[in-house]
Amino acid sequence: MTKADLVEKISDKIGLTKKQTELVVNTILDCITNALAIGNKVELRGFGSFRVRRRNPRLGRNPKSGAKVEVPAKQVPFFKTGKELREMVDGKKSS
Amino acid sequence: MTKLDIINEVSERVGLPRNISEKAIESIIALIKETLAKGEPVILRKFGSFHVKEKRERVGRNPKTGEEATISARRVVRFKSGKYFKQIVNSGVS
Repeated sequence: MTKADLVEKISDKIGLTKKQTELVVNTILDCITNALAIGNKVELRGFGSFRVRRRNPRLGRNPKSGAKVEVPAKQVPFFKTGKELREMVDGKKSS
Repeated sequence: MTKLDIINEVSERVGLPRNISEKAIESIIALIKETLAKGEPVILRKFGSFHVKEKRERVGRNPKTGEEATISARRVVRFKSGKYFKQIVNSGVS
């Protein structure tokens, strides 16, 4: 499912225009992105939580040339699946 | 940040009553969950993608007691952040 599919289905379902629905979807994603950018976390009950994880600097290798390269420390977005979603996807508890 | 903060932000930016924003957000989350429950991926450009991965049975260890335990085969959700999301998170704090 892409963003366009999501917008189409939701706008049909709740009676907002596609433009409005697209703006809703983009606003949600912006909220999550911006919260993580300033180091906050976002918790959506039943779905999961987004937070920032630190990655230590490490010595990597250019896979083509084999040369060693310093990979600097960085921060990456991390999603932890919520309990309800985990159970829905695994299908063991619900079915 | 919780769902409530997002509802407020959506109401303000899209100019919708709070109850409509809430309904929209709930419907969006529900649809993403249902899609993943069917095993289908959800791909949101710039933000990232959610995929369902099959995990085989393996032997793990209880990190507290050190005891070995079999972890059954299961399906899990994996989130892969998009390039734009990664860039924003890295430029925000250093």
